[in-house]
Amino acid sequence: MTPGEPLIRWDWVQSHLPDIAQRIGEHLLLAGIAVGVGFALSFVASLFIARRPWLYPPVSWVFGVLYTIPSLALFSLLIPFTGLSILTAEIGLVSYTLLILIRNIVGGLRGVPAEVRDAALGMGYTQRQLLFRVELPLALAVIVAGIRVAAVTTIGLTTVTALIGQGGLGFFILEGILFFFSTPLIVGAVLSVVLAILVDGALVAVERRATPWARLGRS
Amino acid sequence: MGAAGPVVTFLAEVYAWLMDPAHWAGSDGIPTRVGEHVQLSALALAVAAAIALPVGIALGHSGRGGFVAINVANIGRALPSLAILAFALPVAFALNLGLGFWPTFIALVPLGIPPILTNAFVALRNVDRDVIEAGRGMGLADSQLLRQLELPLALPVVIAGVRNAAVAIVATATLGAVVASGGLGRYIVDGLALRETDRLFVGALLVALLAIVTELAFGIFERVAVSPGVRLTRAAGARAR
Repeated sequence: MTPGEPLIRWDWVQSHLPDIAQRIGEHLLLAGIAVGVGFALSFVASLFIARRPWLYPPVSWVFGVLYTIPSLALFSLLIPFTGLSILTAEIGLVSYTLLILIRNIVGGLRGVPAEVRDAALGMGYTQRQLLFRVELPLALAVIVAGIRVAAVTTIGLTTVTALIGQGGLGFFILEGILFFFSTPLIVGAVLSVVLAILVDGALVAVERRATPWARLGRS
Repeated sequence: MGAAGPVVTFLAEVYAWLMDPAHWAGSDGIPTRVGEHVQLSALALAVAAAIALPVGIALGHSGRGGFVAINVANIGRALPSLAILAFALPVAFALNLGLGFWPTFIALVPLGIPPILTNAFVALRNVDRDVIEAGRGMGLADSQLLRQLELPLALPVVIAGVRNAAVAIVATATLGAVVASGGLGRYIVDGLALRETDRLFVGALLVALLAIVTELAFGIFERVAVSPGVRLTRAAGARAR
């Protein structure tokens, strides 16, 4: 950006390798906690919704409003109460995973054919066995698809938390913008995209392992 | 009740900030900032739609290029908005456009393209083949098929794509303040820098409101634009995002 400067200064990258590794770790931790907590909340909510379907429209409406509020605005609305803390970042990040996850968990469970459910009940399965041995395994592909979207979205959004004093790779992007120095900017942006792609690929691999029957079946 | 004290005091501060006439006038006044935000977002959305709608509709109509259309969406999701903004900055500098409006605009357009393109493609592709066969059997030309059958039937999903793009653009226009753009993000970025939580909070509140209003406005637009017959056949769960 400064005339005469190369777009990437490899000596900067080389001298900042430990720094970069640390930010990658922070980034994964911030995004990982958010997707983990988001999944736990959505999963519990989905089980309630499975029993009481009328809960779905109001719950998805609330999650939809949270999803619509821009990330920086949501963080800022929390700052007066929870400060420039990791808690502020996580509340915001978790909020964005909820709509994506609950749609896929509820959708996956509702997609289980009624005949399959009847057959399991006819064979003497209890409600709990039905859920864990029949419904969840069959819904797994749709649920994992939701986790993939949530993970990729969250890894992208985590960069924004640099603005509220949290790190992750967004720190480099912000540094690059503030000091007109393209090297950290590109390092931060490229690594966050690479991280999203790698995590997405890893989740696909996990899904393949968890659903061996999918390879044997129709596809 | 002790914990409620600071919250009430803070909300009173926010109210006082909002009621201060000085915050409603001039180049940093609320009307100016809202205007800047809407203008930047609308311009970026218009350009994104002008690029993505024809491409998405053409691909969906011909049934070709599905691979491209779907992958554009996936790439769009993986690219964080802050990263797009970061990439736009060197581009704007190389073109001698400076800081502020242009780098933000350059970032917002590619951000809006994937949701519009993918939804337009999927919407056209998902039009019932039987309906198209019937139209062809009645002697409709290709362009008539597109204008009189496919587009009206695909409209709800096409509009949903534009709506998603609009909300994403309004949200990211906020981040533009980091590269010295105007708009409501100024209150947030300046509030953070100056540690003025009341300014920060008001900015965040206005941005959130603008995003929700944008979403609602497209909902109303869809209700007006989509033919009643199409609306009836579409099940409630089709709020495709």
